[in-house]
Amino acid sequence: MSEGYPDYMRESIKKVEKTRPERIDKTPERMDPDEADEVLNNFHPDYRPEGKKEIQIGPSEGRKAPNEVNELLEAHSLIDPSDIDLSQIDHDVDILIIGGGGAGTVAALSAVEEGIKPEDILIATKLRHGDSNSMMAQGGMQVADREDDSPVKHYLDAIGGGHFTNAPELVKALTKDAPKILKWHEELGMMYDREEDGNFVELPGGGTSRYRLHSAGDYTGMELMRVLRDEARNLDIPVLEFTPAVELLKDSKGQIAGAVLMNLETNEYYVVRAKSTIMATGGFGRLHIQSYPTTNHYGATADGLVMGYRAGVPIRDLDSVQYHPTGAAHPDQIVGLLVTEKVRSLGAQPVNADGELFVNPLEPRDIEAAALIRECYGNGNGVKTPTGMKGVWLDSPLIEEKKGEGTIEESLPAMVRLYERFGIDMTEEPILVFPTLHYQNGGLVINPDGSTPVKGLFAGGEVEGGVHGKNRLMGNSLLDYNVFGRRAGINAASHAKKASLGDLTLDHVSKYEQQLDEAGIETDRKAPMLLPEYRGEKVLERHLDVKVTL
Amino acid sequence: MDKEETDEEETEEEMVEIFVMGSRYRVPEGLTILTALEYAGYKFTRGCGCRGGFCGACATVYRTEDEYKLKMDLACQTAVEDGMFLVQLPFMPAVREDYDIEEVDPEEHENILLDYYTEVARCVSCNTCTKACPQDIEVMDYVQSALRGDIERTAELSFDCIHCGLCSMRCPADIKHYHMAQMARRIYAKYEQPDSEELALRVEELEEGKYDEKMEELVKMEKEKLKKMYDERDIKEEG
Ligand SMILES: Cc1cc2nc3c(=O)[nH]c(=O)nc-3n(C[C@H](O)[C@H](O)[C@H](O)COP(=O)(O)OP(=O)(O)OC[C@H]3O[C@@H](n4cnc5c(N)ncnc54)[C@H](O)[C@@H]3O)c2cc1C
Ligand code: FES
Repeated sequence: MSEGYPDYMRESIKKVEKTRPERIDKTPERMDPDEADEVLNNFHPDYRPEGKKEIQIGPSEGRKAPNEVNELLEAHSLIDPSDIDLSQIDHDVDILIIGGGGAGTVAALSAVEEGIKPEDILIATKLRHGDSNSMMAQGGMQVADREDDSPVKHYLDAIGGGHFTNAPELVKALTKDAPKILKWHEELGMMYDREEDGNFVELPGGGTSRYRLHSAGDYTGMELMRVLRDEARNLDIPVLEFTPAVELLKDSKGQIAGAVLMNLETNEYYVVRAKSTIMATGGFGRLHIQSYPTTNHYGATADGLVMGYRAGVPIRDLDSVQYHPTGAAHPDQIVGLLVTEKVRSLGAQPVNADGELFVNPLEPRDIEAAALIRECYGNGNGVKTPTGMKGVWLDSPLIEEKKGEGTIEESLPAMVRLYERFGIDMTEEPILVFPTLHYQNGGLVINPDGSTPVKGLFAGGEVEGGVHGKNRLMGNSLLDYNVFGRRAGINAASHAKKASLGDLTLDHVSKYEQQLDEAGIETDRKAPMLLPEYRGEKVLERHLDVKVTL
Repeated sequence: MDKEETDEEETEEEMVEIFVMGSRYRVPEGLTILTALEYAGYKFTRGCGCRGGFCGACATVYRTEDEYKLKMDLACQTAVEDGMFLVQLPFMPAVREDYDIEEVDPEEHENILLDYYTEVARCVSCNTCTKACPQDIEVMDYVQSALRGDIERTAELSFDCIHCGLCSMRCPADIKHYHMAQMARRIYAKYEQPDSEELALRVEELEEGKYDEKMEELVKMEKEKLKKMYDERDIKEEG
C-alpha cells in the first residue's frame, strides 16, 4: 500500500477489496423518477431554498439565483463612467471577443472563415490565451456519429437530462451541429482516440443512451484547446492577455459597441470599439456557491454574466448549479479537483465505507451527486478524511479487472498523475470522492444563432444558458462551446459587415447604479470579481491600502 | 528575523519555512506551493491558471536548503517543503513558427518538423529537457523521434505536454520542444490517423436532411409526451 492513506482509511479499503468480486458484474438499476425526485429534494444543494434568492433589479428581476451570484449583481461597477475618456479609442475592430477559452477561440476562427480579417478581430482575455475551463476538461465530447445512434437520440438524452427545461431550438442546434464540429476537428488535426480503422473510440456518459463520448485520453479539453489556440496563432489573430473586460460599451443607438478593458498589471484602462462583441467568459466555479470547492480554473468568476446583465441581457436557469458527483475528497491538496466521469464510464463503481455499491454509477449528474451526499450525510456511510470532510470510494482498480491491466494508465494518464503526485496509486487502490462545484448550467439568454437579445452582443459557451436547461450532461459543454462559439463567430461576422455605430456611451452603467440606489441596495461590493481572493486571512487583516509612488 | 520569532497561534498547525525570491515566510505544511504563496499574501495575476495541473502557468524552479540541484515542478501540484527557495517562471519567450495546416503533408517533405524547427538537429542528447519535465514526459526521446522523421512517435510521446516551457528553458540547444511537438501532433492527427468513415457518413446524412423531420417533431412535442419517450428510451449499457 502507498503512503497516501492513513491506517484507518486502509481498514475501509480492505472492505472495498473484499466486496469487489461480488460487485464486479453488478449494476444497480437507474432510479425511477419518484426515487430520483426524492433524493434530489432531500440532498441536492440546489434544492436548499436558503441557498438562493430572487434577483432584485435588472432585466430578470424576480428570477432566482444563488446568493453568491446575487451578491455580484447587487454590486457597483469597477469603474466610474466619468473617469473613462471614450473619445480616445485604443482598439477599433470589427469583432471584440471577450474571453480566450474554447468558445472565444472557436468564435475567432469561425469569424475568419466568414471573411473577417484576423487583424480586425481582438481577443481580450483575463489570464493567458487558453487558461480556461476548456483546458481542463478530461472526459470527452458527445457526438452522435455511430450507426446505432443519431442526433435525435442525442437530443432526447440532452433534453431529458435537463429535466425538459432546455430551450428546444438550442438543443436542436447543439445536437445537429455536433457531427460537423467533429469533422472540423478532424480537419484541424485533433488527436482523438481512434480504433484502427479510423472510427472513434466511444464511451457512455451519465444519462446518455448510447456510446457517444469522444475523448483524447483524459486530456480531451487540453487537446482541443491547444489545437484551437495553435490555429489562432497560425492565423495571427491578435490576443491581449491579462487584460479582462470590466464593462461593456454601448452606443447612442442602444447597441453593444465594444468594452472597457483593464490591464491587470498596470491597471490602465483601454477603450475598444467593436461592431460586434462576443461574450465568451465561461462559468462561475470560483464563486464557491454554498462554500463548495470547485473544479474550475482561476478565472471562472462570472464576469460576463455581470457585464451582460448590466447591459440588459436577461439570464436564465441560474438557480440550478452543477455539482460534479466526483471531486477529489482526499488528500487535502487536491480537494475539489475533478475526478472525471470517464473513471465511471470505464467501469469504476462508487461504494461506501463498508464496500457496498449504493447507486448506478452513471445516473445524470445531479442525481448521482445527490446520491453520494445522501450516502455520506443521510445514511452515515461515508469515510471521514483526516481534515474532517466526508467522501465515498470510487473503486478504480475495478477498471483493471473489467477492461484489463494497463487500461487506467492508458486511458486516464492525468488522473494517475494527479494521485501519484500525492502518493496514491489509483490502479491498485480506490480513491475518495465527494461532489464538487463544476458547471454553470444557466446563463445569458441567447438565440440559436448565438446572438443575445441586445443588438451587437453575441455569446457562446458556459456563459450562456438554455442549452442544458437545469442540468448539463457530461460531454455536452465542450460541444456547446464549439457549436455556439462557432455560431456566435459566424453571426458576429455577418453583423459586423453591415453594422454602423453611433457615439460610445456608458450610460447603462450609470443607470444600473441608479437602479441599485432605487432598490435600496447599499453595499460597497464591486463587480465583476475578475479574480477570487485566496490570500491568507492574517495577511489581509494587516493589509495597508497604500499606493507606493516613485 | 530568525526562527525563534514564531507566532503563538501558529503552533497548532505544523509550519514550514519557505523563501519566495529570497524573502522568508512561514506557511502551514500540507499546502501546495501555489496555495502557500497565497497564504503568505501573494495575489496571483500571472503564474496561476487552472490550479489543477492542466495549463502549465505555474511552472516553478526551486532548491531545497541542503541541495545544490535546481528542481522544477508545477506550483499547483507540488506540496511545500521546509527550506524551499522558490521562483516562478510566468512567461516563456520561446519562438514559435507559423504554418498552414493544409500545407504540411509529411509525404511531401523529407522531414517537415525539421523544415520548420531546424534547431532540433542541434540536440546533443543531454536529456536535460526530460529531467525538467513536470509531466515526466520523455522529452528527449520525442525530440530524437522528430529528428528521425517519426511523427507518430513524436505525437504520442509528447501527448501529455501542458506547454509549461520548462524544457525549452533548460535546453542548451535552444530547441522549442513544446511548439515543435504541437505541430507534430496536428500533422499526425490530420495526415497519418485515418479519418472516420462513420462520421463522414453521418455528416452526409445531415446534409441530406435525414433527421430534420424527426427532429422538428421532438422540438414541437409537448412535454408530457416527450417525457414519456425519454423514460422509455432504450439505453445501451454495454458496448
Ligand atoms: C475540470 C473540468 C472538467 C470538464 N470536463 C468536461 C468534459 O469532459 N466534457 C465536457 O463537455 N465539458 C467538460 N467541462 C466543462 C467545459 O470544459 C466548459 O464548460 C467549457 O470548456 C467552457 O468553455 P468556455 O469557452 O465557455 O469557457 P472557458 O473555457 O472557461 O473560457 C473562458 C475564458 O474567459 C476568460 N475570462 C473570464 N472573465 C473574463 C473577463 N472579464 N475578460 C476577459 N476574459 C475573461 C477566462 O479566463 C477564460 O480564459 C469540464 C470543466 C472543468 C472545469
Ligand atoms: S495552475 Fe495550471 S498547471 Fe498549475
